[in-house]
Amino acid sequence: MTGEDWGIVLLSLKVGGVAMLAALPVAFALAWVLARLRFPGKVLVDALVHLPLVLPPVVTGWLLLLAFGAQGPFGRWLAEGFGISVMFRWTGAAIASAVTALPLMVRAIRLSLEAVDPRLEAAARTLGAGRWRCFASVTLPLALPGVLAGMVLGFARSLGEFGATITFVSNIPGETRTLPLAIYDLLQVPGGEGGAARLAAVAVALSLAALVASEALARRSGAGRGRDGREHHVL
Amino acid sequence: MSSEARFEIDIAVRRGGREIALRVAADARVLALFGPSGAGKTTMLDAIAGLVRPARGRIAIGGAVLFDAAAGIDLPPERRACGYVFQDGRLFPHKSVRENLLYGVRAAGRQILTLDEACDFLGIGGLLGRMPATLSGGEAQRVAIGRALLAGPRVLLLDEPLSALDRARREGVLAVIERVRDELGMPMVHVSHDRAEVERLADRVVEMD
Repeated sequence: MTGEDWGIVLLSLKVGGVAMLAALPVAFALAWVLARLRFPGKVLVDALVHLPLVLPPVVTGWLLLLAFGAQGPFGRWLAEGFGISVMFRWTGAAIASAVTALPLMVRAIRLSLEAVDPRLEAAARTLGAGRWRCFASVTLPLALPGVLAGMVLGFARSLGEFGATITFVSNIPGETRTLPLAIYDLLQVPGGEGGAARLAAVAVALSLAALVASEALARRSGAGRGRDGREHHVL
Repeated sequence: MSSEARFEIDIAVRRGGREIALRVAADARVLALFGPSGAGKTTMLDAIAGLVRPARGRIAIGGAVLFDAAAGIDLPPERRACGYVFQDGRLFPHKSVRENLLYGVRAAGRQILTLDEACDFLGIGGLLGRMPATLSGGEAQRVAIGRALLAGPRVLLLDEPLSALDRARREGVLAVIERVRDELGMPMVHVSHDRAEVERLADRVVEMD
C-alpha cells in the first residue's frame, strides 16, 4: 500500500461514513412511516424509496447533476443561501453514495421496526409513558440491532458507489476518486493491475466485514427473525 | 384506601364487523367480565385502558371520566392510570426485572407501594437482577402485577392472569391477587372464562357472550 493508496482508502471511508450518517435520519423516518403508517399512495412511496436500488446508477447520477448543478433547484439554493457547491467535491460524492445507500438502510430499519411487538409499546403506554418515552425506551432499543445493521450495510454500499458518483461529480484525485473509481482508473492504464489489485483487496475485505457484521446484528435483533418466526434477511 | 370503587361503563366497541357492548354500573371492588373466549372481554379491557377507542359511550372509574364520546373526552393510555396486567405478561424483554418494576414509577401520580414493599408483597425480591426471559410463568406474572401496582394505578385490569400458568402456580398468583384486593383495597376489573376463579375474586360478575 502506497501513500496514495491510503489517501484513496481514507477518502472512501470519509465519503462512505458521511453518506451513511447523512442518510440515517432520512432512512429512519422513511422506515418508520413505511412500517407503522397506512396511507393512500404508500405503494408509490415504497417504490420511490427503492428506485435507486434498481435504477441504473448513471441515471441517478445524472438526476443528481440536474438537481444540484448550478441551474438545478438544490444547486441554486445551496449557492445562493450558503455560497457552497457540491459539484466536483467530495460532498457531492457523499450525496451520490447516500442516495444509493438509502434503500438498503430503509429496508433493514423497516424490518427491525416491524419486528418490535406493538403489544409491548401498548404496555409502556399503560404504565404512563407518552409516545416519545415509549419510542425511546421500548421501540428504539428493541430495533437497535437492526438499525445498526442498516448503518453497516449503508456504509458498505456507499464504499462501492461508482456510476452515480462518476456521473455526478466526475473522477477527481483527492476529491471524488474513491476506491471503485481509482480501481477503474488504474485498469485503464498499462501496468495498473498491481495497484488495482491492492485496492480491490481492500474493497473485498471491507465489504466482507460489513456483510458479516450486518448479518450478525440482524440475527441478534430478532429483525432476523420476524414475528412469524421465519428468518428474514435484510438483503 | 377504603373508598369503594364505582365502575360506570357504558360503551360499544366495533370490532371486525360486529359491535361488542358493555353496560355496567357497580359499586363493586372487583368487577369480573366472564364469558367464553372470543366474547370481547379483552377488547373491553383495552377500551378501559385507552388502547382501543369505543365507537360511543362513557367510561368512568372512581368518579374519574376516562372516556366520554359525547363530551369529547378521550384520555390517552398514559393518563388513564389503569394498571394493566396482560394475559401474556408483556414484560420488557430488554430490561431487567428491577427496570421493569420501576418503569411506571416516574410517571406515577401516586405511590401505593415502594419497590421494597412490592417485592415483599409479591415475593419477587430475589428476581430483581434477572431478565424476563429467565423467569417462570408464575414469576413473570407476579412481576407484571408488581409493575402495574408501582405505576400507582386507580384500577387494576387483569386479563386472564392465570391462564398461562399450570395448576400449581395458579394458587400462588391467585393468593397475591386476593392480597392486592384485600390489603391494598385496589379496585379491579378481572377478565376470565373460569367460573371458580371469578367466584373467588369478584363481587360483581358481568356475563359476556
